[in-house]
Amino acid sequence: MTRAIITVVGKDTVGIIAKVCTYLADNQINILDISQTIVQEFFNMMMIVDLTKSVKAFNELSDELTKIGNDTGVQVKCQLEDIFDKMHRI
Amino acid sequence: MINLQEVIETNKMIEQENLDVRTITMGISLLDCADKDLTVTCEKIYQKITTLAQELVQTGADISKEFGIPIVNKRISITPISLVGSACCRIPGDYVQIAKTLDKAAKEVGVNFLGGYSAIVSKGMTKSDELLIRSIPMAMACTERICSSINVGSTKTGINMDAVRLMGDIIKQTAEETKEFDSLGCAKLVVLCNAPDDNPFMAGAFHGVSEADAIINVGVSGPGVVKYALEQIDKGWKTTCNGQGIIGKGTDGLANFEVLCETIKRTAFKITRVGQLVAQEASRRLGVPFGIIDLSLAPTPAIGDSVADILKCIGVEHPGAPGTTAALALLNDQVKKGGVMASSYVGGLSGAFIPVSEDQGMIDAVEAGALSIEKLEAMTCVCSVGLDMIAIPGDTPATTIAGIIADESAIGMVNQKTTAVRIIPVVGKTVGDTVEFGGLLGYAPIMPVNRFSSQRFVDRGGRIPAPIHSFKN
Repeated sequence: MTRAIITVVGKDTVGIIAKVCTYLADNQINILDISQTIVQEFFNMMMIVDLTKSVKAFNELSDELTKIGNDTGVQVKCQLEDIFDKMHRI
Repeated sequence: MINLQEVIETNKMIEQENLDVRTITMGISLLDCADKDLTVTCEKIYQKITTLAQELVQTGADISKEFGIPIVNKRISITPISLVGSACCRIPGDYVQIAKTLDKAAKEVGVNFLGGYSAIVSKGMTKSDELLIRSIPMAMACTERICSSINVGSTKTGINMDAVRLMGDIIKQTAEETKEFDSLGCAKLVVLCNAPDDNPFMAGAFHGVSEADAIINVGVSGPGVVKYALEQIDKGWKTTCNGQGIIGKGTDGLANFEVLCETIKRTAFKITRVGQLVAQEASRRLGVPFGIIDLSLAPTPAIGDSVADILKCIGVEHPGAPGTTAALALLNDQVKKGGVMASSYVGGLSGAFIPVSEDQGMIDAVEAGALSIEKLEAMTCVCSVGLDMIAIPGDTPATTIAGIIADESAIGMVNQKTTAVRIIPVVGKTVGDTVEFGGLLGYAPIMPVNRFSSQRFVDRGGRIPAPIHSFKN
C-alpha cells in the first residue's frame, strides 16, 4: 500500500475539506485517517490516504492538490508517508 | 500511525528552518577510461559520465517532490584524474583538455559541480600528479563546474612538504588566472590532509580507488533546525527526552549541557534519517549502490542556515569569543552521535562545517572583529574540516599560504582527522575590502594574515614523517 500524507494549512474557510475530499474521491483515493487542529489561528489538517488505486500519478496529484489549495487561499501539500515515518519512528 | 504534531514538526523544519538534503553525489570510477591516447580518454570519460549520471538530476527532482524535501544540489565525484590521465597526459595542457571534457559532461547532465580534478600525493608525487597540479590554474580558469582537490598528507604517511610548497604557488597562480572574477578559481580548489574517499561535499569530493564502479553518497544539512531546537529549550523548559517534566536547569535559567547535548543529538538523528531515506530512494531508482551518508551541518549564506548561529545559541556572543572551540567540539560530537544511529553507513566528512563566506554568522563575526584566522585554525581541531572559504589579501606570499597549509595538515595528521585549506588570496584586494563570489559561495571580508615569514620552513623540501601514534601494527 502506498500511503501519502496530505496537509492543509491556512486561514479557516468554508469548504476546504469538502473540496479536497471530493477531489480524492474522484480519483479513487481512500482516506484512512483525518485529524485537525488550530495552531496560532491557523487551520492545520492532515489526512493519511491510500494511493494504491489512484487513477493519477503522484506528480499530477500533487500539482492538482496544490492548485486546489491556491484557489482557496490555503497551502495544500502531498508527501509520501515515509519521510514522517523515518523521522519520527525508530 | 503518524500524528498531526509530527507532521507539523517535519514540515516546519522544511519550510521555516531550512531543512534540506544538501547534495546527492554520484561517485563514478573513471579508471576504465584510461587510454594512451588523450582524445580516446576524453571520449570515454564523457560517455561514462553522461551515461551513468543521465537520470541523476531528474531522479533528485522526483524524490524531492514526492517527499516534499528540497534536495539542493545534484553532483558528481570522479576518480582522482591524475590516475586516469597518467597514460596520456604529457604536458599540463593535456590535463586541461580533460578538465574541459569534464566540464562539458557536467553541463550535459545538469549537475552544478563535478569534483575529482584531484591528485593524492600524501607521500610523494608521480610525474603525472605534478602535471595535474601544474594544470590547475589554467583548468580552474577555463571551466565553470570543476572542483579540484589535492591530498598532501595523512596520519599514515606524514606530510609531503614538496606538494605543500607547490600548492602555495598553485593557489596564487589560480587566483591570478581568475582575477577578473575575484579569484573565484581558488574557491573551487582545496588542499586536504586525510581526505576521505567518499566525501559528497565540494570542493573536496572525489571517488577514491577503494570505491565501487558507481555509488550514491548523500550529504545532509540542517543547521537552522538545530538552532531552532536550541532556542526552544532556552525559552520553553518543556523539552525533556520524553516531553515530561523539567530537567537540566543551569544557572540563569539556561538549559545545562546535558539538555543541550541531548537536544542536538535528537535533532541530528531526525535530520539524518531524512538523508538516509533520500539516499536509499536515489540508490534504488538509479540502480546504483548506496555508499554513505555524510552527517554534516553545512551552512549556506541564507539567513537562519548558519553554524555560527548555533554557536551563538550555545552561548558565545560571536564565533571567535573564548569558549567557541569548546562549543564547536560539543556540537560536532553530538551531531555524530545522533547521526550515527540514524544511518546504516556513515562516512565522508561528517561534522560541522565552518566556512566563512558561506555562513552569514561567520561573516558578521569577522566584521565585528571577533574572529581571526588563528582562532579558526583552533576551531578546525574539533570540527569536521578546516580553514574554509577564507579570503585573504592578494599580496600574501605563496610561502605564507604554504605555511598555513602545513599547519592545517599537521593538525589533521596528528589528530587523525580530515583537515583542509580552501583559502582565496584575492588579487588586488586587501584587508578592509569585501569579495563577492555569489550563490552558495557567498561573500567575505578579506581577513588579515600573520605577516611574518615562513619561507625558510616551507622551502626545506622533503616530507614530514608520520607521527608515532600512526604505527599501530
